[in-house]
Amino acid sequence: MAETTLSEVENKTVRVDRADKETLLDAQGLTKRFGDILANDRVDLVINKGEIHALLGENGAGKSTLVKMFYGSLDPDGGEIFWEGRKVSIGNPAAARELGIGMVFQHFSLFEALNVVENIALALPNPGNMSELASRIETVSRDYGLPLNPDDIVADLPVGIRQRIEIVRCLLQEPQLIIMDEPTSVLTPQEADQLFQTLQRLAEEGCAVLYISHRLEEVKRICHHATILRHGQVVRECDPTLETPASLASMMVGADVASVSAGDQAPDIGETRLTLQELSAKAATPFSTALNGISLELRAGEVVAIAGVAGNGQGELFDAISGEMPVAPAMVHLDGKPCGNKNITWRRKQNAAFVPEERLGHGAVPGMKLSQNIVLTRHSTGDGLVGGGFVSNAKAADLEKRIKQAYDVRMSHDDPEARSLSGGNLQKFVVGRELDRKPGILVVNQPTWGVDAGAAALIRQALIDLARSGSAVLVISQDLDEIFEIADKVAVISRGYLSAAEPAAEMTRERVGLLMAGGAEAQGEVA
Amino acid sequence: MFEAVLLTVITAATPLLIAAVGELVVERSGVLNLGVEGMMIMGAVIGFAVANQTGSGTLGVFAAVGAGMAMSALFAVLVLFLVANQVATGLALTILGIGFSGMIGEAFIGVPGLDLPQLYIPVLSEIPFIGPVFFQQDALVYISFALVALVAYGLFRTRVGLVLRAVGDNHGSAHALGYSVVKIRFMAILFGGACAGLAGAYLSLAYTPQWVENMTAGRGWIALALVVFSSWLPLRVVVGAYLFGAVSVLNLHAQALEFDIPSQLLSSLPYLATIVVLVLISANRRLTLVNTPACLGKPFVPDR
Amino acid sequence: MRIELVKRKEHSQAMALLSPLIAVALTALAAAIIFLISGHNPLEALYKFFIEPLTQQWSLEATIDKATPLILIGCGLAVCYLSNNWNIGAEGQFVVGAIFGSVLPVLFPSFENVATLPLMLLFGAIGGALWALIPALLKTRFNTNEILTSLMLVYVAGLLLDYLVRGPWRDPGGYNFPESRIFSDAATLPEVFGGTMSLSAPITIVVAVVLAVVLAKTLKGFEIRVMGESPRAGSFAGFSAKGLTIFSFALAGALAGLAGTMEVSGALNQLLPSISPGYGFTAIIVAFLGRLNPIGIIIAGFVLALSYIGGEGVQSAMGVSNEIASVIQGLLLFFVLACDTLILYRIRITGQRASTGEASHV
Repeated sequence: MAETTLSEVENKTVRVDRADKETLLDAQGLTKRFGDILANDRVDLVINKGEIHALLGENGAGKSTLVKMFYGSLDPDGGEIFWEGRKVSIGNPAAARELGIGMVFQHFSLFEALNVVENIALALPNPGNMSELASRIETVSRDYGLPLNPDDIVADLPVGIRQRIEIVRCLLQEPQLIIMDEPTSVLTPQEADQLFQTLQRLAEEGCAVLYISHRLEEVKRICHHATILRHGQVVRECDPTLETPASLASMMVGADVASVSAGDQAPDIGETRLTLQELSAKAATPFSTALNGISLELRAGEVVAIAGVAGNGQGELFDAISGEMPVAPAMVHLDGKPCGNKNITWRRKQNAAFVPEERLGHGAVPGMKLSQNIVLTRHSTGDGLVGGGFVSNAKAADLEKRIKQAYDVRMSHDDPEARSLSGGNLQKFVVGRELDRKPGILVVNQPTWGVDAGAAALIRQALIDLARSGSAVLVISQDLDEIFEIADKVAVISRGYLSAAEPAAEMTRERVGLLMAGGAEAQGEVA
Repeated sequence: MFEAVLLTVITAATPLLIAAVGELVVERSGVLNLGVEGMMIMGAVIGFAVANQTGSGTLGVFAAVGAGMAMSALFAVLVLFLVANQVATGLALTILGIGFSGMIGEAFIGVPGLDLPQLYIPVLSEIPFIGPVFFQQDALVYISFALVALVAYGLFRTRVGLVLRAVGDNHGSAHALGYSVVKIRFMAILFGGACAGLAGAYLSLAYTPQWVENMTAGRGWIALALVVFSSWLPLRVVVGAYLFGAVSVLNLHAQALEFDIPSQLLSSLPYLATIVVLVLISANRRLTLVNTPACLGKPFVPDR
Repeated sequence: MRIELVKRKEHSQAMALLSPLIAVALTALAAAIIFLISGHNPLEALYKFFIEPLTQQWSLEATIDKATPLILIGCGLAVCYLSNNWNIGAEGQFVVGAIFGSVLPVLFPSFENVATLPLMLLFGAIGGALWALIPALLKTRFNTNEILTSLMLVYVAGLLLDYLVRGPWRDPGGYNFPESRIFSDAATLPEVFGGTMSLSAPITIVVAVVLAVVLAKTLKGFEIRVMGESPRAGSFAGFSAKGLTIFSFALAGALAGLAGTMEVSGALNQLLPSISPGYGFTAIIVAFLGRLNPIGIIIAGFVLALSYIGGEGVQSAMGVSNEIASVIQGLLLFFVLACDTLILYRIRITGQRASTGEASHV
């Protein structure tokens, strides 16, 4: 079904021949420097009216910096921006909005304590009367198939609806250019289809879209033109419809992307290591998700993945499995021992290891050296780091060197503070810190979120290798590509319900999408 | 008797109300200024000194407001521009205020103060009981109510208020939309300082028209607790302030009635009541979490 | 031209050492200006304030007497602040500690033997710890803001002491003065090193050094530092935030209570309505000036103790209000906090318009 919807979208697309279209935005030689780093180096970019223009690049290639200059959040150090042929200086976001540039942020720029109207009013220069604005919001949002209730408080809304607020906020400004940063990363495949239709319609109406995404499939489907950044420079422009996702990826990375191999032999499934039985937990705060009767079995030798859109209870589930959130003893078993109420240190001593979603501030203390961050998770795991209450800094430093070498963690000098590492390097470190223990059970939440392709491939391969060596691996991920690359079984989490795990070979993206959109919930309630 | 009690409650509640409503605005913008006590005592001493030197209570009040703002500006520079720890900086402000006020006030100890003129609202003040209680007060009592109304309207009915609440809820988003988080917070902090200064002036010019060292006696801290008690809603501050006003005058009236209770116990009632109220409010996790400005006390450092 | 803050990639070790020194220098400068404005010779005043107390034996001894409680309380507070527990009620814990420590000499004056003093110190530590546990338990149980509750308890403790010395604990032979009976010799802290200082000084140094080792070398110290910087990471490490709140408050309260008992037993020899010139609050400054490091706190305790003695010095010699001491203390904390910014940020002076994204500008 999902496939058909997508191809329908594609068939409807009238391919825009670039030469025929009027130029909307013309950036020439944009340069931005942060300290010693050249984030954007003489970037040229032309966006035509009515064009869906993909901006591609690895993490750290300079995409965000570039669009922030278009949206007035950053001032260029050099170069010029022409808007409809006129040279402009975009001093702040309000000026950008006045020109007709709107932005949908990846992490949203919403206010949880405020309602929908207030959130939208904050982005409009003259919002006028609130009740009039509310009715305008209702009209426009319905018109574009993105219905919103103006009085809802954002904190109560799921991510998909939050994105609608961002989009409707742009639409009400009657923009000529909408910048979208990773818009589909928080959507189910079906919701993404809906978004593509909206974008299609906007393009037909003459609005241009600058589209940032790392999902190259969808770039190929919906974008008319693509600009590829690497290390702050434009390295290629192309028509993505004529490319394959693989060719786009190699343009981004500058080399062929290493593919992850699950090995030929079928996984050698062993005993059950981790069991969740009717795991339920109330929402601890108004902003968190309740867990509802989650059951799952994880056996030695297999990789089980839990798919789901962000904010559906993944963090809470991780905390319950790791022991950071205590639950009833019988709800979690490690190697047959009930331990729902045991703390994380006890579980680590059972040879379980954990990697949380947030690297900085959860998986690692930002202002502490890497060697100290090793003590963080391994002070009681029999590595001899602590003796008689005293911490051995020398042993911690030895471990740090070992992990650095084994997992290719790059750093400017020896044993730096965690906060100074790039996302990919820090992720390799926090994953490597646990893999170094050769854990029997590994639970990872979003293993490669916001990580460059090279580091992502290394981490995924390491997870598979761990499973093949006889450990049980549970991966919680929003990235369907990743899941299909490494998982033996897939379950889907939705609003705190978990679907039954099914063999990955029998799963389709469409089925995962339906489960994400509430199918898991229905299944959970039946069960 | 009851009338007299009510009058003392009003005078005891007014400085708490003024200071708390100012701090409420500051906290709504996401900043925790623990220096209310310090700004208040500076307002008290400067207000008294200027009134004493010029013979004008009004000038004294204006000077007190200025003193509160100057103190708060000091705080703002540290927490907004130098991203200093807000809790520690607020403490520093209190310690500094108490020191400075002691130094400035030394010359005024034992000097009789001058009373602010009472503002009699014609006709209404003639009404028995209600008249003297509600319509024969000094100007600052009326101003305190006007302030609450202004803040309640401003926060929830105007764009300025919307932006202020937005900054307190998510400074990252506000920054991304192009609002100057630092500028908005600076303004809010100055407003809080002005209110604290005004509250101090009330103490040294109306409540007890004289200068006594440390005369704020923890009222700045109680005002901070009132903001928590109100769960950041201006109208609830009025309720809280009057409740505390009532508790704090118990001492006076109980002594008059010659109850056999140690005066120290009665004097400690406002502090004990503060603790009890804080416990009751904070035990309701849902209520506090929903209303607490999400960025309260968090430093704002825009990333690239 | 504009001044910008640029975030450093890592903490600057050099600035961590330099920033308290810069803060002291800036405070001296500000103090000089205040002296000048109030019509005094700033150089003479600065000399009398900061240097002269160090030149004479009596004033040096007085400085040590004042530094002792500041260091002891500051050490406990450092553990609280490092672990993100905002105990600002040490003044009250000091007072309640003194009350508990005085139970034996006031209520059982005939209990005189070698155990008297150790028991008094123990009681004092327990009293301070119990008082500190009130805000700690309210925080862990009800999530109540510990800043406000610990501070409110300062006032309550003060009133409790006032009640005791004016009421049930008043010296029966004291002509109705609001003070307790004088402690017996067995309840008096002995002097050591040829009578130059009370036993409290060496006790304090031992406590500070032990704490320094615990913080720097042990898993408990690691736990305290992790919890302060990142509670979420601390819970991931298996540390209990609530447990640490209780631990740090109890420790700080115990040290403040110990200081309180040593003050009444060593310096005052009886309970009075007021037994502290604000040690509990000044110790907050000591803790920050010492960069929350016990060794740094020893030095910082001396600097702040100087301000008490120096304040009295400039008052008697030059007629400057002795309130100048608390002004200088407040300024010092301000400058310490301002200079700490340099540890994590560089200051850059640029000619062009600041880029809003990278830096917050001054």
